[in-house]
Amino acid sequence: MERVEHGTDLFDEMKQRFLSFKKHKYMQNLELYEKLAKDQAPKFMVIACADSRVCPSSILGFQPGEAFVVRNVANMVPPYENGPSETNAGLEFAVNSLKVENILVIGHSRCGGIRALMSMHDDVETSSLIGSWVSVGMNARVRTKAATKLLNFDQQCKHCEKESVNCSLVNLLTYPWVEEKVRNGELAIHGGYYDFVDCAFEKWTLDYKESNPIDKSGKVAVKDRAFWF
Amino acid sequence: MGNLSLEGAIEGLKKLLIPNDKDEQLNKELETKIEKLISELLGTTPPMYPELFSELAKHQTPKFLVFACSDSRVSPSNILDFQPGEAFMFRNIANLVPPFNQLRYSGVGAAIEYAVVKLNVENILVIGHSRCGGIDRLMELPEDGSTENDFIDDWVQIGLPAKAKVKAEFGHLPLDEQKRECEKEAVNLSLTNLQTYPYVRERMARKALALRGGYYDFVEGCFKLWEVKSIITTPIHN
Repeated sequence: MERVEHGTDLFDEMKQRFLSFKKHKYMQNLELYEKLAKDQAPKFMVIACADSRVCPSSILGFQPGEAFVVRNVANMVPPYENGPSETNAGLEFAVNSLKVENILVIGHSRCGGIRALMSMHDDVETSSLIGSWVSVGMNARVRTKAATKLLNFDQQCKHCEKESVNCSLVNLLTYPWVEEKVRNGELAIHGGYYDFVDCAFEKWTLDYKESNPIDKSGKVAVKDRAFWF
Repeated sequence: MGNLSLEGAIEGLKKLLIPNDKDEQLNKELETKIEKLISELLGTTPPMYPELFSELAKHQTPKFLVFACSDSRVSPSNILDFQPGEAFMFRNIANLVPPFNQLRYSGVGAAIEYAVVKLNVENILVIGHSRCGGIDRLMELPEDGSTENDFIDDWVQIGLPAKAKVKAEFGHLPLDEQKRECEKEAVNLSLTNLQTYPYVRERMARKALALRGGYYDFVEGCFKLWEVKSIITTPIHN
């Protein structure tokens, strides 16, 4: 009985929040919502982690209509050759149907998925779905372990959180229709890192001309690096 | 008060902060208060709950696992005002949850496993919405199984059972109305598929996890919510 009542409280609260949204945002911007009801034309595709603390709408203030958002465990983008997944279905829709102009992959601090990746045994095949999924970031783990031998595990995870974003940026270029648009200047690819321990946001843009998309080690050249705090 | 505009107020306050040899030096406390007021007016007030954020920095204990569409118009943080720490949120095309499969769709499976087993969420909420492009594509999938894209069709075909149900019950309606029905039916399909995950089933059986469906209609401006309930009747007499 207690659990059911607790659940009802949560959803009463949710109802109030929706009605407040309707009163203060929806009804105050009817023209915008009528326009959005017909179509969406977001300029951004955002790939972010499902972590409850890192919603892109909350931290970067995306308004309705601005960003097509895919959220998965550890904000990973698998390469083209891995085959179909929910993430690349979203990618294909955003790039080819919505024709977004920017893709932003956002990593974050204290990521459980990256921690799981860094904790995996080298030789044991995992039966857990978490393990199967985060293995997509194996290149990031290899590069991190090579570069951070003297750091403790927490610091290594932090390094891997950013390395994994770059790994995803490289994986984005394995999609022919992504690479073509980047090459033609129709699409820009960016990485981001949200540190909620110190409340800071770092962002960088893939420098396509200098990057080697077929370099599997994950080297990526960047430009326009910014640090907001 | 006159016609004091927001911009006028902010500019007026900023002038007070400019050091002026002729005026008395503002003391530090007054300066801080003016800066705080300016940031409130600009809408850039720092978080009111620093304790919350420092707790969240250590760990998250969300009560919800939310499945929502990637559509730019339906962020649950916007429409349901989820605060940091409240909802572990998985967003994909058409908010679909495929049935449990150890070989495919590990992305969705990883999210469910993480939220249910590691984070111990108490509620799963699957939210569908109006004018969903993914459901549009599902309803328009060629009958012969041909495809013109690499990954989209492979993903939305998860919803085929929902499409079949809609065609059977509402096949007489115009296609647009069938699509609206399918948006809701696909939520029910995802709720059914969730129950094929062993850890979801186990927690539902001991009432540690509740499943609900939602539907956000941004054309009409309304939100529907429903719950998955299982009922075991009293024994049937022989």
